[in-house]
Amino acid sequence: MAKKEKNYHLKIPSRTDDLEVIRDFVASVAKKVGFDGDEVNKIELAVDEACTNVIEHAYQYDVKKNIDIAIKIDYNRFTVVVTDRGKGFNMQDVELPDMKSYLAEIRVGGLGIYLMKQLMDEVDYHSEPGVKNEVRMVKYFLKDGKKKGKSNKK
Amino acid sequence: MSEFHVKRKDLTTVSIIYLNGYLDAHTAPDFEKALQELVDQERVNIVVNLSELTYISSAGLGVFMGFIENIRDKGGDIKLAEPTEKVYRVFDLLGFPVLYEVFKKEEEAINKYQTS
Repeated sequence: MAKKEKNYHLKIPSRTDDLEVIRDFVASVAKKVGFDGDEVNKIELAVDEACTNVIEHAYQYDVKKNIDIAIKIDYNRFTVVVTDRGKGFNMQDVELPDMKSYLAEIRVGGLGIYLMKQLMDEVDYHSEPGVKNEVRMVKYFLKDGKKKGKSNKK
Repeated sequence: MSEFHVKRKDLTTVSIIYLNGYLDAHTAPDFEKALQELVDQERVNIVVNLSELTYISSAGLGVFMGFIENIRDKGGDIKLAEPTEKVYRVFDLLGFPVLYEVFKKEEEAINKYQTS
């Protein structure tokens, strides 16, 4: 299904108190463009995880900083870009938990990126040190207009 | 705006925590505090009733992970009861059902302590 390009943008203070506002924003756009409830839940959670990482790690709870959330809808995909201007990190360097050893060792934390990759079709990270960091997450529409189920991409 | 509440009910040997609303990085400290109080009071047979929990992120999941080892070392457990389908899916994605017993009914979780 070809979708006309649309852009949505939210600039919001870096506070955990506003994670709910971020989720409501992302979920309402995802619902509006036709994702079913399960897919809306996944997108909402993935964006929460990305923004929680920004609040905790990039900005280290500095509420004077802002997070930018841009959603772009085009013909076959829903793209969310979360941008911060804080301390960067290289996503490639973050070790994804191996779930077996994770369960065995009962490790705490570090689940956000793992969840984002499970929930979205594509997740990538781009950092310009000292300028900005971007996490880009994509969920595809199917060509016949139905939405995808769980992605096979890992 | 939805909110988050933690309520607690103590039975003879089992304590039940009721989570209501959304559990994310903002509200996780409230849940953490409730669990810490139980541990401090040596009430480690815990059931967390999730029937009114509308949302959970990794910050909330991390609280469960942060306490389970200590609670089991003390001879207790955290058992989960009555999750909604939405919340259960997130638990499932992270393999929690392997690590935590999940019950459809709160009474089943309570009974498990009394029979074990």
